Amino acid sequence: MVRRKVVLHFPHEQVDQPIISKLVRDYDIDFNILKAFITPREEGLMVLELSGEEENFAKGVRYLENLGITIQPLSQDVRRDELRCTHCGVCTGICPSEALYLKRDTMEVGFDEEKCVACELCVRVCPPRAMQVHY
Amino acid sequence: MAKTIAEINEKIKEGKAVVVTAEEIIDLVERKGLEDVASTVDVITTGTFGPMCSSGAYINLGHSKPRIKINRVLLNGVPAYAGLAAVDIYIGATELAVNDPLNEVFPGEFKYGGGHVIEDLVAGRKVRMEAFSYGTDCYPSKHWEREITLQDVKEAVLFNPRNAYQNYNVAVNRSDRVLYTYMGMLRPELGNANYCSAGQLSPLLNDPYFRTIGIGTRIFLGGGIGYVVWQGTQHNPDVPRTETGAPRLPAGTLAVLGDLKGMDSRWLVGCSFLGYGATLAVGLGIPIPVLDEEVVRCAAVSDADLFAPVVDYSYDYPQGTGKVIGEVSYAQLKSGWIEIEGKKVPTAPLSSYPRAREIAQTLKSLIEQGSFLLTEPVQLLPCPARDKAYQEGGD
Ligand code: SF4
Ligand code: SF4
Repeated sequence: MVRRKVVLHFPHEQVDQPIISKLVRDYDIDFNILKAFITPREEGLMVLELSGEEENFAKGVRYLENLGITIQPLSQDVRRDELRCTHCGVCTGICPSEALYLKRDTMEVGFDEEKCVACELCVRVCPPRAMQVHY
Repeated sequence: MAKTIAEINEKIKEGKAVVVTAEEIIDLVERKGLEDVASTVDVITTGTFGPMCSSGAYINLGHSKPRIKINRVLLNGVPAYAGLAAVDIYIGATELAVNDPLNEVFPGEFKYGGGHVIEDLVAGRKVRMEAFSYGTDCYPSKHWEREITLQDVKEAVLFNPRNAYQNYNVAVNRSDRVLYTYMGMLRPELGNANYCSAGQLSPLLNDPYFRTIGIGTRIFLGGGIGYVVWQGTQHNPDVPRTETGAPRLPAGTLAVLGDLKGMDSRWLVGCSFLGYGATLAVGLGIPIPVLDEEVVRCAAVSDADLFAPVVDYSYDYPQGTGKVIGEVSYAQLKSGWIEIEGKKVPTAPLSSYPRAREIAQTLKSLIEQGSFLLTEPVQLLPCPARDKAYQEGGD
């Protein structure tokens, strides 16, 4: 029996497919949805806790990958170094879950950790490297 | 109703000067009118904070014993230019560490460069210096290595050949692959649009004809005091303008200089752009003396009155075609979406508006407290449009 937290990125074409129910039916994998979004770019993002037999688990992962879904382990936390962040805003253009967003009245950049799916895109894009991965 | 800089300085010294930011003036003019504001307000402060690649610092390291005439030098592994007198060097913001993998594994991260060295020095951190030479009769030493700090170098001066661009491109990508540029990551097929200007707070957008900002103008630079020393490189005032004179394309620029020892690392931040390189984000603010109504009219522009060109960074920018595929206002850019070729495109800034506002506010309080006096430009910056608009009219 294994239990893992993963982030799934669904391409646009897969967003409305019943993929997760097939995981349960065909591979006997249990799931618990922690977060799910459709991004502004119409990709799907889902953070799941999956559990099942080791062998089924591997097959299930292969099934997902074959559908063009990328799977990342969610073992880390992305945090913002508040002293380093200059509120430039460039990360808001790439954050898929809108965890990083511009407050339009002040143009300050907010960070909603609840929405973060730890994709780490911002980590390398942030010019002063204020976004950091904590394991 | 004309005022002189000397008169404004008298009021500043007496603690009586009325100062507003370039953001506050918009509303004020709307409520009270140009004439009233021109007679009651003395100074308008501006600010900008963004990556400015054409930045750097010259440093005199002080002489070693025995002496060395440096011909190659590294600061935390980043080469500085040593083709000056013995221990004078210049560290440029975009210089990269000698062992940086660059874009070998694309897109490169460019974690540490000249901008980071400057930030480290200003933050008071120790920087490893290693200098090499060939040895001469007067400068026999061939190798010199030690830790330096901003405090113990003899002089350190921030000297930026091009800062404060008056307006800038909005970068988009019409190709089918992701682009990594100095304007950030650009998604394919007009996936996003990045812009880089403080818009209505930006210094040169508030003095579009450079009527008050010139050589010798005292400014806020990197948290300390600096001066405009020349027009910046690529200064190009000959561009199409709006009714209030604001350039519709990137136009004027400034070369600026100031004592690095008086600066603060909050306002000089080393930056890395994925796939592009390293640079320095610089905080810069300029006070505009309210000499007449015309100064107020130009500075009262809001984001809705300022326009930036949209440029395709997949072809037109790299190939230098000069083509502009659209024009959008800063108000539209700040709303989060613009429309290009019928497509709704999300926008993101590279220049920090909250920091620009903080600079304008800081400058405002410095002037209100009487600790920042204005200077008369020694010479105005080149601008044929100004000469035409103001001198022929007998202004
Ligand atoms: S890119 Fe980095 S510095 Fe800029 S707003 Fe985002 S977290 Fe802050
Ligand atoms: S890691 Fe960064 S880009 Fe990804 S979701 Fe979290 S905040 Fe957004």
